[in-house]
Amino acid sequence: MSDVITIEPPKTMEQAESPLTPESWGKLGMWVFLAGDAMGFGVLLAGYGAMRAASADWPNPANHLGIQLTAFMTFLLICSSVTMVKSLESIKKGSRSRMKLFLFLTILGGATFLGLQAYEWTHLIDRGLNLYGNPWGASLFGTTFFIITGFHGLHVTAGVIYLSCILAYASRRQDPARNYMLAEIAGLYWHFVDLVWIMVFTFVYLL
Amino acid sequence: MSDSVGAAVAVHDTHTGYERLGFVRTYIFSTDHKMIGRQFLFLGLFMLVVGGFLAMLIRWELGWPQTPVPGFGWLFKDTEGVIPPEAYNMLFTMHATLMIFFVVMPIMVGCFGNFLIPLMIGARDMAFPKLNMLSFWTGAVGGVIMLAAFFVPGGAAASGWTAYAPLSAVTEYTGVDWGQNLWCISLFVLGISSLMGAINYITTVINMRAPGMTLFRLPLVIWSLFITAILLLFALPVLTSAVVMLLFDRLLGTHWFLPKGGGEPLLWQHLFWFFGHPEVYILVLPAMGVTSEVLSTFSRKPIFGYRAMAYSMIAIAFLSWIVWGHHMFVSGMNPMIGMSFMLSTMVIAVPSAIKTFNWLGTLWGGSIRFKTPMLHALGFVSTFVIGGLSGIWMANTPVDIFIHDTYFIVAHFHYVVAGIIFAMFASVTYWFPKMFGRVMNEMLGKIHFVLTFIFFNLTFFPMHILGLGGMMRRIYDPTQYEFLQALQPINHFMSISALLLGASQIFFIANFFWSLFAGKKAEDNPWKANTLEWSAPSPPPHGNWAGSPPTVHRGPYEYSSPEVEEDYFPQNRPHPALTGAGSSARVGGH
Repeated sequence: MSDVITIEPPKTMEQAESPLTPESWGKLGMWVFLAGDAMGFGVLLAGYGAMRAASADWPNPANHLGIQLTAFMTFLLICSSVTMVKSLESIKKGSRSRMKLFLFLTILGGATFLGLQAYEWTHLIDRGLNLYGNPWGASLFGTTFFIITGFHGLHVTAGVIYLSCILAYASRRQDPARNYMLAEIAGLYWHFVDLVWIMVFTFVYLL
Repeated sequence: MSDSVGAAVAVHDTHTGYERLGFVRTYIFSTDHKMIGRQFLFLGLFMLVVGGFLAMLIRWELGWPQTPVPGFGWLFKDTEGVIPPEAYNMLFTMHATLMIFFVVMPIMVGCFGNFLIPLMIGARDMAFPKLNMLSFWTGAVGGVIMLAAFFVPGGAAASGWTAYAPLSAVTEYTGVDWGQNLWCISLFVLGISSLMGAINYITTVINMRAPGMTLFRLPLVIWSLFITAILLLFALPVLTSAVVMLLFDRLLGTHWFLPKGGGEPLLWQHLFWFFGHPEVYILVLPAMGVTSEVLSTFSRKPIFGYRAMAYSMIAIAFLSWIVWGHHMFVSGMNPMIGMSFMLSTMVIAVPSAIKTFNWLGTLWGGSIRFKTPMLHALGFVSTFVIGGLSGIWMANTPVDIFIHDTYFIVAHFHYVVAGIIFAMFASVTYWFPKMFGRVMNEMLGKIHFVLTFIFFNLTFFPMHILGLGGMMRRIYDPTQYEFLQALQPINHFMSISALLLGASQIFFIANFFWSLFAGKKAEDNPWKANTLEWSAPSPPPHGNWAGSPPTVHRGPYEYSSPEVEEDYFPQNRPHPALTGAGSSARVGGH
């Protein structure tokens, strides 16, 4: 190497960009999952929008779906997001009992939402709305309603189970840092499910 | 997680911090990314044999229409060995489905993504090893469901791999009942599997790179797999949602895609191709990444235009979302929209051409070694150029309306997608020493390459001529059409070539298994390459590196560097001036 140009060697090692979520791989994993999951909801909502725009006899949702009940359900879900935040805050302040209380309230909010959704579905099915038709117009009105709210309901169900597992874990373990991380990741999921509901409520019920 | 690995090192006496595990945890339900990679490889190779066999049957029918299949007549007992038309529909549908979803994706993305990402970025494993294991086993269940479709009454799906509704949505149209349902279920399950894979790949690449491994020091194959994972993340949920809608139409009486109940068949086409076009880049990007590795290593030259290579892959991935309409020029659309799809499609030629130019620039003036992986990588570049050029040509709406659904299209996508098989053979031969600790036989490898390359072109090139001659895609018997009878000798010739192409794969199978058990033991770095996987033992143990994982000092393609005596300069080797001066630069290993 004597007869070739000498290049000044690097004095120090170049550092790699720091990890996006150095505190936990799971947090980034959850963000990535939510991005993919958003695509799934996006496709359903886009398909719904396209079919509704092209339909000549799409029923007016305000006339057939109970807006008042679902507005209350929306409020409930937003409250459960607030209690989720309060729960995280409580771990930070070192109060495990308050964390557990707020987490329990979050789970209760989700479970009540599901109960009300079951009530709403039963009521609508009794009035003749079903997956493949309805007395008021385009058959896809029922199809899109049940598939979109059903897919969201599945997410809420999964969330209620997920948060219950976190609650059970936090009740047994005295590790504030780990409990905080688990609750924060679960919180990301819960807020996402809440956000999706606001979209669903806007597009399927209000518009 | 990183802290648990650190804790494990202190507890266990093995250097890598991983316990010795029993047979089941080592070979079946393994969380080791390398074992999962090998599992994906065997799944993909098995499906390749099945999919290839279906292709042979298709070519038999086209070459010698309505004559009994020699040797396999027992498959079609009712018709005395002749492939009936319904079965023919099933053959091409399942051939494409298996090759795309269960051969190229498991091998290029599943196998090499898993095997290479942690090794090449200097990590001990994936971010979520258990999720990784679940991803493989979910995918394997998807494969079993897809194969099970052959054995249900009515046979497997027969509406083409694109499953256009209403053909796919109404049982009476194809006569296929549960075969089509299982097709939907299988792809749904595969969608879940690839979502889990994508989460793992993206998190691992972003969070777990070794010290010094900046984004622009990543090997290009890792760039390609990272971008592929992002495409997987966003594209597969579209297919997953669409197949669920189709399944609802078939089983629960909804009318998403059925005009009868107010649905819209074009909705399926839009959803399918909105997934489908990113999907073709999911298939081809890893092949491009592998090609960049192999061309640089065997030219003993840095890759030409590293950053341009990375940026053009990003550009391809971005553009892949706005071109889906070029699959639908004859489906009826506003000509202005058709024109914008045409233009966006042609723009993809720019980053693709940059890549091709850079590959040629890498070869230019290099000291090229024609080892088997290099031959296959060159094979991929040449087939990609042919398929890429015909792609630009048929992106033109007026041209496409003429040749749509003819064999010209079949020729195009076999040159790009079936051409990936060369990149696949390049990767298998290149990383075989690292995967299995043995080197594949060079002579058998070369014979296999030469035969495959010749018969590949003899099989697929004449499809261009048939297509321009008007031969329709998916027809059962070309001799039934008067205007195609004159072209039958070409079909005959292609079928013979295809059978020989199939037969040539015996050399690969023989080489693979012979080398697996009796091949020459591999050194750690048999190709004198720079990337980190070659700094680990062959094959690497669970945890990859004894001692601490490597530290990265430079980019991955420092071949023939004037700074060192040898013609390669591994990423983890500190600069000689630094070590000579007693610098405190950290060195990988104890």
